[in-house]
Amino acid sequence: MHPLIRRLHRTLSHHIDSFLLICTMILISLGLAVLFSASDENLVKVGSQVVNITVACVVMWAIANVPPHQLMRFALPLYVAGLVLLIGVALFGEISNGARRWLNLGITRIQPSELMKIAVPLMLAWYFDRHESALGLKNYAIAAVILLVPVLLIARQPDLGTAILIASSGFFVLFFAGLSWKILGGLFVSGLASLPILWSVLHDYQRKRLLTLLDPSQDPLGAGYHTIQSMIAVGSGGPFGKGWLHGTQAHLDFLPEHTTDFIFAVFSEEFGLIGNLFLIFLYSLVIARGLSIAARAPTLFSRLMAGSITMTFFTYCFVNMGMVSGILPVVGVPLPLISYGGTSMVTMLLGFGILMSIHTHKKLVKT
Amino acid sequence: MKEKVEIRDHQREMRAYRLRLSLSAGFILVFFLLLVSRFFYLQVVQHEHFKTLAENNRISIVPITPNRGLILDRNGTVLARNFSAYTLEITPSKIKNLNKTIDELSKYIEISPSDKRRFRRLLDDSHSFESLPIRTRLKDEEVARFAVNNFRFPGVEIHARLFRQYPDGELTSPFLGYIGRINDDDLDKIDAAGDTANYKGTDYIGKMGIEQSFEKQLHGTTGFDEVEVDSGGREVRTLSRTPPISGDILTLTIDSKLQEIAEKAFGDFRGALVAIDPNNGEILALVSKPGFDPNLFVEGIDSQTWAALNNSPDKPLLNRALHAEYPPGSTFKPFMALAGLQLQARSPTDTISDPGYFELPGQSHHYRDWKPGGHGMVDLHKSIVVSCDTYYYGLANLLGIDKIHDFISQFGFGKKTGIDIGGELSGVLPSAEWKMKRYKQKWYAGDTVPVGIGQGYDLATPLQLAFATSILASDGTAYKPHLVESIRNSKTGKMEKTASAFLYKLDIDPNYLADVRSAMIDVTKPGGTAPRVGEGAPYEVAAKTGTAQVIGIKQGEKYVASNIQERYRDHALLIAYAPADHPRIALAILVENGGHGGTTAGPIARQLMDYYLLGKLPQDKVNQEKIDAPAD
Repeated sequence: MHPLIRRLHRTLSHHIDSFLLICTMILISLGLAVLFSASDENLVKVGSQVVNITVACVVMWAIANVPPHQLMRFALPLYVAGLVLLIGVALFGEISNGARRWLNLGITRIQPSELMKIAVPLMLAWYFDRHESALGLKNYAIAAVILLVPVLLIARQPDLGTAILIASSGFFVLFFAGLSWKILGGLFVSGLASLPILWSVLHDYQRKRLLTLLDPSQDPLGAGYHTIQSMIAVGSGGPFGKGWLHGTQAHLDFLPEHTTDFIFAVFSEEFGLIGNLFLIFLYSLVIARGLSIAARAPTLFSRLMAGSITMTFFTYCFVNMGMVSGILPVVGVPLPLISYGGTSMVTMLLGFGILMSIHTHKKLVKT
Repeated sequence: MKEKVEIRDHQREMRAYRLRLSLSAGFILVFFLLLVSRFFYLQVVQHEHFKTLAENNRISIVPITPNRGLILDRNGTVLARNFSAYTLEITPSKIKNLNKTIDELSKYIEISPSDKRRFRRLLDDSHSFESLPIRTRLKDEEVARFAVNNFRFPGVEIHARLFRQYPDGELTSPFLGYIGRINDDDLDKIDAAGDTANYKGTDYIGKMGIEQSFEKQLHGTTGFDEVEVDSGGREVRTLSRTPPISGDILTLTIDSKLQEIAEKAFGDFRGALVAIDPNNGEILALVSKPGFDPNLFVEGIDSQTWAALNNSPDKPLLNRALHAEYPPGSTFKPFMALAGLQLQARSPTDTISDPGYFELPGQSHHYRDWKPGGHGMVDLHKSIVVSCDTYYYGLANLLGIDKIHDFISQFGFGKKTGIDIGGELSGVLPSAEWKMKRYKQKWYAGDTVPVGIGQGYDLATPLQLAFATSILASDGTAYKPHLVESIRNSKTGKMEKTASAFLYKLDIDPNYLADVRSAMIDVTKPGGTAPRVGEGAPYEVAAKTGTAQVIGIKQGEKYVASNIQERYRDHALLIAYAPADHPRIALAILVENGGHGGTTAGPIARQLMDYYLLGKLPQDKVNQEKIDAPAD
């Protein structure tokens, strides 16, 4: 090999975790194949997803090359900026589909809640790392405030899916930071106790979704329609699936959002139980790698980040697949690395970039 | 020391952290297993259930309406056919403001007031979810103009539909009937017959005549496309197609040229005519005047036109050939004559003296002969030739009602002929039993007397008269009158002839039949009551005229046609067959308010026979001159 190419290769791959990369690439390729089918063989859509992936990969590579302690420096500004934008959305945001999620900055429309998916755990990890030497109850309380303010703002938009994901990503930071079991137990109990209160603040459509989950057939043409149709898609796929491009539920438009949130139904219809097991296996590999990176992470910040990113990734997988298969309510959560859409792809690969950075920079930290 | 603690703390922290990581891993495992078991439940345990749901979701059956069978006359002339046309259809349930939509539509497509009226009537008779035509036979430009603006009109669509067309219109309506939109009654019948599936996609059904009685054969078998539909119900692609099977092709016994000649021969008269081939019962012509254009009913008739037809004093919707009963009058005499001969009441040579009336013994009531002063000495032959009433008053009295009934019912009077279309009435051939049933009254001898001349309780449809005449013509062989000669299966091409219409052969002495025939031949000769029927014909015609009273004439009064309003004048009747020795055509003609049978019905019969036997077309319009023929 030409030394120049070798140097280039080394530069490019130095901070890339090849195991994670390979798993990710398999998942992304699988995603493109499903998207091709789900979009009714729309190459333009597949092409634009390829662009999304390319951008996301560049972001991943760039982040992977930034050492964790450098990343920490972004935590506070990113969080504050995100919070300001969220308040901006609450005050001046654009309404689309009955929810106020977008902020028009003149040049571009942004969805600040997406930014918070990274900013919140980053901020919390940074906060705990700063106070590592003497972590007290006070710190956890402050952390809880750091977490709850953006979560509530987002839940009010309303965007329950994102709020839950951000809440869980923040919770995982707290959990790995050593939040005592007593408090965890107390949270669990008070969480259960506050369910009625939570119910009363939910929007009608959110309540409907929850009720529909219990009995989708109650409202087959309304709120239950999505769940019923996606369950039909999954169930009719059977053990071996209908074959790629042969799913009828998606191709005949019975499935809603079949390139984005419900793409798993298309996958499941066409590849069956075998396909689902393979997908869960791939996700498990990614998660296992993430956990192993977390286990070997040298600093508190990197341990919290790696743990939170991995667990959040799992949450995405579980919530999406649970929603499609009818055991969780319909919330707007994409299937990681598969669903169409640039934002979630960038968010995912940004997280993987951080994982890779943590993994490949630990020797440097040690020395 | 301090350092030591820190190290221990760090290790403990790491242990706690790794414990939490392991717990997380376990947590993930549990939840993934939960998902896997959910997948297993949906995709293995419940797979069949969801598979069925998915199939039902995507597959829709779209019926393909078969072409309705053609109807041809005996020479292959098309009497009923189909044409394809674009229709503009509205589904009322999908429309908020129907009037506004129609007004808007008329900006793009011409919608006449009669179209609107017809649509209103359809609307009343249909369900709101049905797609109802507001305009039919759209021109290509109109189709294009609407297509461009289709988006403005949800619930309005253009369809290509097959329509029924009766090229001869009014001429063929008495036997063809017509088709019309399926209504609730029709639906009930379809359901009861278990034909619901076959009528998916069919909008029309036979309502009368051949179209109704042969609905099953004409309709055909509905095919269907199995199509894949999307969630909006739009067809995506066809998975399989079962082609429809067109309805059978019916060939009728009707000779449409003969029908046309008969219809024209009536001129402005109302009435009916039935011509039968006495050798097989085939109906050659069946006229009811005035008629109506059956094409009006196909696309849905508007209420105004309907009311005009329904309320017209001419009753164009009444099928006079089948569904109207008239006293047979003197056309009843040949049958009475045969009864007298066969039942040995009178011999052919027995004579009576006719003083111009008949009296029952011990009663003063005069049963008047049509000829004041009477016909003098009358035997059987003369009684028919001059149509002597007194002869038959006496004969009827001699036989008694029950013998008359039993003998004459063999000629089909008093019961339905069994013709292969519906709507037939059975007429009345009275008997003591009948009167008791009908009026809860005893039969009197005085009731019998007028029956002898086809009056009194006697009633017959023109079809019955023609049937009786055909039995007379064939020397007592009865063939069921029928209209359908053969049915051709449009799929296999197999032709199925109607089974022989032979019913029975009467046990009547051939000599008596010959006696009656010879008298009926002389009816058409000079000196008979219908000399113009036989005048100059190269074949012999056997005939009998008749007059049916519309109003009663009081004792001692005289019937003077000119004194009586046209609608109360007598009906003219004529039965005839020819050639008399080997009859090929037998017919019965009724001309409402036509006065005397020989005068008005005679020329009609002659034109028919000339055409049917000689192929001779009638001279221009028949001159309905009122010459002084012997009155009946």
